[in-house]
Parts: sequence; structure tokens; C-alpha cells
Amino acid sequence: MNSAVELKELQKRFGKTEIIRGVSLDVKSGERHAVIGPNGAGKSTLFNLVSGRFLPTSGSIHLHGENITGMRPFEINRRGLSRSFQVTNIFPRLSVWENIRCAVLWSKGYKYSFWRNIDKLEDVRARTQEILELINMANRAEIPAGVLSYAEQRALEIGITIAGGADIILLDEPTAGMSRSETEHAVALIRKVSEGRTLIIIEHDMGVVFDLADRISVLVYGQIIATDEPAKIKSNQKVQEAYLGAAGHD
Amino acid sequence: MAELIIISTLNGVLYGMLLFLMASGLTLIFSMMGVLNFAHASFYMLGAFLGFQISQWAGFIPAIILAPIIAGGLGALIERYGLRTVHKHGHVAELLFTFGLAFIIEETIQMIWGKLAVDYRVPSFLDFSAFTVYATNYPAYKAFMLLFSIAIFVGLIFLLTRTRAGLIIQASLTHPNMVGMLGHNVPRVFMMVFGLGTSLAAIAGAIAGAAFVTQSNMAALLGPILFVVVVVGGLGSLWGAFVASLLIGLLQTFAIASDWSLSKFLGSSYTPASGTILYDVWTVTIAQIGPILPYLLLVLVLVFRPTGLFGTRDT
Amino acid sequence: MSNNTMSARLKSYGIWIAAALLLLILPFIFSSGASHTTMCLAGIMIIFALSYNMLLGQTGMLSFGHAVYYGLAAFVTAHSMNWLAKNGVPIPLLLVPVVGGVAGLFFGILFGSVSTRRGGTAFAMISLGLAELVYSSSLILRSFFGGEEGISTDRTKLLRVFGYNFGPQIQVYYLIAAWTLLCVVLMYALTRTPFGRMCNAVRENPERVEFVGYNPQFVRFIAFSLAGLFAGIAGSLAAINIELAQASFVGAAQSGAVLLAAYIGGVAFFVGPILGAILVTLLSIKLSDFSEIWLLYFGILFITIILFAPYGLSGLLMMHAQFWRGPIGGRISRLLKLLGAYVVAAIPAIIMIAGAVLLIEMIHHVSQKAAEGPMMHFLRRPYLTVNTASAIPWIGALIALFAGFFAFRFTWPTVASVWHKALADAQRSGS
Repeated sequence: MNSAVELKELQKRFGKTEIIRGVSLDVKSGERHAVIGPNGAGKSTLFNLVSGRFLPTSGSIHLHGENITGMRPFEINRRGLSRSFQVTNIFPRLSVWENIRCAVLWSKGYKYSFWRNIDKLEDVRARTQEILELINMANRAEIPAGVLSYAEQRALEIGITIAGGADIILLDEPTAGMSRSETEHAVALIRKVSEGRTLIIIEHDMGVVFDLADRISVLVYGQIIATDEPAKIKSNQKVQEAYLGAAGHD
Repeated sequence: MAELIIISTLNGVLYGMLLFLMASGLTLIFSMMGVLNFAHASFYMLGAFLGFQISQWAGFIPAIILAPIIAGGLGALIERYGLRTVHKHGHVAELLFTFGLAFIIEETIQMIWGKLAVDYRVPSFLDFSAFTVYATNYPAYKAFMLLFSIAIFVGLIFLLTRTRAGLIIQASLTHPNMVGMLGHNVPRVFMMVFGLGTSLAAIAGAIAGAAFVTQSNMAALLGPILFVVVVVGGLGSLWGAFVASLLIGLLQTFAIASDWSLSKFLGSSYTPASGTILYDVWTVTIAQIGPILPYLLLVLVLVFRPTGLFGTRDT
Repeated sequence: MSNNTMSARLKSYGIWIAAALLLLILPFIFSSGASHTTMCLAGIMIIFALSYNMLLGQTGMLSFGHAVYYGLAAFVTAHSMNWLAKNGVPIPLLLVPVVGGVAGLFFGILFGSVSTRRGGTAFAMISLGLAELVYSSSLILRSFFGGEEGISTDRTKLLRVFGYNFGPQIQVYYLIAAWTLLCVVLMYALTRTPFGRMCNAVRENPERVEFVGYNPQFVRFIAFSLAGLFAGIAGSLAAINIELAQASFVGAAQSGAVLLAAYIGGVAFFVGPILGAILVTLLSIKLSDFSEIWLLYFGILFITIILFAPYGLSGLLMMHAQFWRGPIGGRISRLLKLLGAYVVAAIPAIIMIAGAVLLIEMIHHVSQKAAEGPMMHFLRRPYLTVNTASAIPWIGALIALFAGFFAFRFTWPTVASVWHKALADAQRSGS
């Protein structure tokens, strides 16, 4: 199988503090890959490196074999990698419809076009509608995103992330702060939207992780201590010592 | 030549220290509250006019003590009843508020004191020559200003590093969101910082007004330079503001004292036709471009080091 | 279906046709020379304020130096007109604003490439620094800026088309009106393009924009350049209008004026800056008839809007759109009830304002006009002469100020209750 995302000896330092301490990881095309680990292990930092938000101190990141280290987030996004955020990161005063449409535009090739009427772009309209229906928000299209409920905003966040049709999706704790039934909805949604794509997900809810993931990587203190199938991760001695034991206090 | 250098250095450092009195307050306010106080130079102007008025009634010493206190108190009140209200609308609204404030302060000063310069003079007990460099007399008042602003500077360092209030301020310079979590009354800290910052500007105004021209356009003349200082130094960096203040102070003072131009430098071998832009550029003296040097510096810094000389924080 | 699209067409084009007709007949309704001059200034200000709002309202960029593009374009226009006239180049005056637009675009691209790399507060300060740089340069580059006199020009010396020489103000009015309409249509159309929507996204959340494939710096850069283009057209028209370009055109006051106009009108709605431009133009002409210190009142108005109506005049108007539902009779009766409540609140408010203004004018008179004696013509009206040496007007002004204020506050609950009733009523009839 081809690798979708490959990290080689990735390192990130903030001042003297080393947050990511040499991470190598190979996520295969079409795989659902979960990254777990205790708080402060560097999971979100890892996402920030892969998506171009931060520059790595050393090491390299490859997308479908292409070295994308040092690229800006929008360049990486245009190459087919899209991410969501742990803290909801939407366009609060724009309508739900506009939120999704903004995320569709680039993928349809309209770039910075200032001579086309946006309302007449049939492909953009259709794709926006499709995404809204996928995330179950077609009836909320006209509402400003800022006034949505928390769970709705999380769903919108996922909608924005997938709208551009990226084939690699990074979701940062998509179910954080949700009730049990909301979580179930979210997992069903994630399953639906990641169909036929590569998914990398940070998640604290072990139920979600073992339910969803094909493989799991365990990040502890800036290093990946194990990458394997869910069943083998469960029984991995190192993981139990370093992580599951510690997580018991959560 | 040595005479020119010594005098210009003294004047440049003096101008730089005055700039720093203002830039430090501006930086403190910006770092803590995220508000760039557009009206900061207006408080400098207010300090000068209050200083003038009080010195008319009660003499110079009460003037330079009372003017900053009144201006700072006014600043604190404006923060409490104005700025805090617009805070919820975001930084653009706050910046616009201070822009409107600058406008109103200027117009109010014109309403009371008029558009012409007022007669704010160096007090007679400081109106003598402190020392002589070669043939130039250095006025005692300028020496006093220099010492006074250095004293304030030292006081500020003491306040920031040795007192509890200072430690809170310092903490919020680097971690603006943490201070509230530690249980400090953030709105009151903001109000105090705004009052302190504006009174620092007013001190500069009260002492500088007597030596320079106290007029209702002084804020509009100085304000943009102040922004250049904080951008060049790096937004939110006190140390950067200090270095940039001195840099710009010296730059402008030396420029004014110099009558070099391209034509003088290259000799008269080539002279562009009169009335063309090239001719203007050819014949302008450095003294004439003195006023634009800070802005040129700003552009250069932005091109080569967008975060400013000592800045780390991006806005 | 075809009927539907027809009516939709009519709806979207109808407003522009109506605007064109209005611009056409306006000089006959307000036919004095002074009002023609005012309308010319307002038209120029509308373009300028809308171009400013491409930055502030649409893209979230607060500029303190927008006059740079307006002013530089005015100078380029004046020089071009003089050159065209001198060399007898057959280009009519009607097309000269294109030169200004190109100049504005050029300087927008030039300065935008330095200043739009950062947003927020840093951008605001950089815009100010660049404006000061240009303004101070005007004292040095005298051949371009013409020193204190500026660069004067003669609009009648250009190629005549159909015998119009643009000497009379009314002809200039139609020139400005045509360009205003064109620019307004273009700027409105811009908001409805992919680029226009990404400007809004950058305003809302520049960071997120990077993760949907767009470079927010580039969005800002294009917005800035295009805003320069339209500001350039406005500046060009200004130079044509008064046949002069002066250093003050690039100055801080001009940059401040456009900020005030856009903000007072309201930056959140497209029509806001249009309203603001008209109001600010009218106020700056009319207020000076009443007071020497009118700029102070201007500033107070600005601060009041920032504090109490952050969406400006258009925001206040749009708040009433929610009452416009259901049968027409209900709509009108709701608005009439609200209007009644506003009148009740306005009376004490006017008393309060009158007291404040009298107080301010008396302070001004006493501190600045002591030489003229104690008698003051309030609002420059001889029939409103006030003796500032007597205590009575001072006490009266204070009483009016405070009594008006407390009476005003007293009316708030009434207004609020009328408001809520009308809102509930509207929601009932709307559903």
C-alpha cells in the first residue's frame, strides 16, 4: 500500500522545551489511524506540524511521497490534506452556508476570482448543499455559525474540514465535550465522511478509538511508543504501563 | 565636528528618553490589554497643556506633579467608562475608540486653549546654562529633562522588577491570559495600567512642553512617530521600545544637524534639470528629510524583519 | 418559472435603475449651485468610503492611511490633465478617472506588498506610518506635489465631446454621478464573488482561511490593491472637481474623514458607507455654519456611535427590518408605534444635547473669545445671544444637561417595552 502521510524523525522545540522528540510514522492510504496519548504528549502539536501551522525544528513530512516540510498551511491544504481543530475554529458571523462554501471554493478552482458571481457557480452550490446534507445541517444553512449549539459547531467544523474534498483528513478531538448521544452521532458522521479517504484522528474516548481505527499510534512524551492494530495495542505491555495505566486517573 | 556630535548626542538621547516615556506606557497598555492606544500622544499633549495651565496658577513644580496625576486619572476613567464598554466588540472597535478619543482631545484642547501655541516657558530657576561644550551652551532645563526622564525610567524599572504590582504586569506581558486565572482583578489592573501609561505620557508632555512648542497639533505630529517606535522595537517589547526610542531620537537629531545632500556629496559634476523629481531628490538635505527618516526606517524594518527589532509576538 | 426569474432580475437590477434615475433628477430637486457642489463632494466621498469599507468592513483591515491612494491619484490626475491639455492628446475628461484608478491601483500594489503581510493592529500602524511617509515626502518632492500651492489644472482644456467642456458645475455633477454609480455597482458586485466572500472569511478568522486552501495575506493584498483602485478614482474625481490637487489630499485628516464616514454609516452593511459619506459631507458643510468647534461635535458623534451603535446608522436602520413582516397595515402600525416612542425619548435627549452644546460653546467663548466681550451668539445666531458673564445661562445649561439626561434615561424602559411588544407582534404575524 502507498503511504499517505509519512513523518521522518520529526522534532519540534519551543525554546528549550522539546515537545515532539523524533516521531516517525507511516500512515497508509485509505487507513483510519488514531493517535492517542496522555494530555501534553504532543498530539495537537503533531497535527500542527503536519498541517503546516508550525515549522518542525528538524525532520521531514511527506504527503503521498512529496516532501511538504516548511510549506504553508494553504499549500498543504491544496495538496489534499485538511484538518479540524480541537478548539472550534469557524467563521462565527458568516452563515453555516457561507462557512461551508468558503471551504469548497478553492477545490473547485475558483481561487481569488473577483469577476465571477458566486451565486451562479452551480458546482459550488451543489457541493455545499451536499456537505450540508452530509453533516445534517441543511435546515440550518442561513443561521450565523456563531449562534449554533456546541455539537452543531463541532459538526460544522468537520463539514468545513471535508468540504474541499481532501483525501487526507486530520480530526483533532472531534468528540471532545460531547454527550454520549452526540458522540454517537459524531462517530457515525466521521465514519461516513472518511469513507474512501485517509483519516488521522486524535481522540481521548477509547470507545471511539477502538471502534473507528484500523491502526493506533500511542504518543507519550513526544515519542511514539507503539503503532499497531487496536487489539494488539490493547495488549501491548509498554502501552499499558505508559499510557493506559496513567489514563485510568482521567 | 566634535562639538556637533556631543551636542547632537545629548539632544538625541534626550529626545529618545522622552519618546521612551511615552512608548513605555504605550507598550505596557498594548501588551496587557491588546489595545494600541491611538490617543497616547494626546495624553502627552494633555500633560503639556495641563502643565502650562497649572504652572500659570501654582508654579512649575506643582505643574509637573499634578499634570500627570490629572491626566492619568482621566485616562483611568476613560478606560473604565469608555474602553471597557467597547472591549466586547474586539480590538478594531477599541482602536477606533482611541482614535475618536484622540480626535476629541485635540478638539477639546483647541476649544479651551485655541489653535496657537501657548506660552509655556522654562521656569526661571532652571533657565541658565548648565555647562558649555566648546562654544555651545547646554541649557540647564535640558539637563534637568534628561535627568528627570532617566529618573522616571529607573523608577519604572524598579516598579516592574521589585514590586508586586510590577510582577503582575510583567507576568501579563508574557502570558496575558494567565493573570486573570491567578485570581487578580483583571479589569482593575487594566484600569491602573491605562492610568499609569497615560500619566507617563503626560509627564513627558509636562516637562517637554516647556522646552518645545505647546500647541494643539503636537499630538498629531508626535503620535505617528510613537507608533513607529513601538513597531520598529517590536510590538509589546519594552526593551525594543527603549532601543527604538533612542535610535529614532538620535537619528532625527543628527539628521537635523546635518546639511548633506546628494549633490553636495557627489559634487557639482552632475545636476538634474530643475523642476524634476530627480532634482528634488538630488538637492534635498538630510536635515530636510529628517522628518521622514523614522518612516523610512519603519518600511525597512517591515521588509526585513516584520516582527520588529525585538518583537516575538505577532498580532 | 420565467416570471419568477423576470421578477428576480427586476429586483436586482431595479434598484440600480432607480439609483440612476435618482442621480439624474437630483440636481433638479436641489437646484442651487451650493447643493450641486455638495452633491459632487458627496458622490466622491461615497466612492472613497466604499473603497475604504472594502478594507475595514469586508476584510477587517483598519487603515489609517487610505487617503494616500486617493491623494496620490489626485496628483497623478492633475499632472495627466495638464500633460493631455499641453500636448493636445484627444482623450476626454470623462475617461480621466481611469488614470486615477490606475494610479491608485499602482500605489495600492506598491504599498500593499509591504503592509498587508500582517493584519490587525500591526497593519493599522503600518498604514499610518506609510501615510506619514507619503505626507512628509510631499514637502520634499515639490515638483510632484507642488509645494504649498499644490498642482492646479484646468478641466475645460481637454478634448470636448458633444460640446461639453465641463466648465459648469452641473456637467461635473453628471460626470461624478456616472462614475459614482459605476463604482458602486462594481464594488457591490465584488462582494458577491469568490474573492469577496473570502475577504469576509479573512475578516472573521484569517487562520482558518489558511486551512481551506487560501492565503489570507494574498486576499488582503488583493483587497488592498482594489481598494486603492477605487480610492484612486475618487481622488481623481476630487482633482477634477476642484481643479487642484493639494498635499492635504494625502494627509491624516483626509484618512480620518473617510474612516469616520464609513464607520458612522456602518461598516457591516454595504449601504452603510454610502449613508455615512452623505451624512459626513452634509455635516461638514452645515455644522460649520453653526459653530467654530464643529469638529468636536463630530468627534463626539463618532465616539457615541462606537459606544452605543457599533453597527452605525445602517445598523440602526437594519434593526428595524425585523418589524417589516406580515400584512402591510401591521408593519406600518408597528413602525408608527416605535416612532412615537422615539419622539418621546428624543425630547429630553434634545434638551440634554442643547444643554451640553451651550455649555461647550460658552466654555469656548470664555476661554478663546474673551476679547470680544461676554456676549456670545449661540450657534452663530444673533437672535440667540447669551451673556456668558451672567450665571444664569451656565446654570440653565447645567440644568438642561442633567435634567435632560435623567428624563432621557427615564424614557428608556418605555422605548424598550414598545420595542419588545412590536417585536413579539411581528414574530406572531410573520409565522
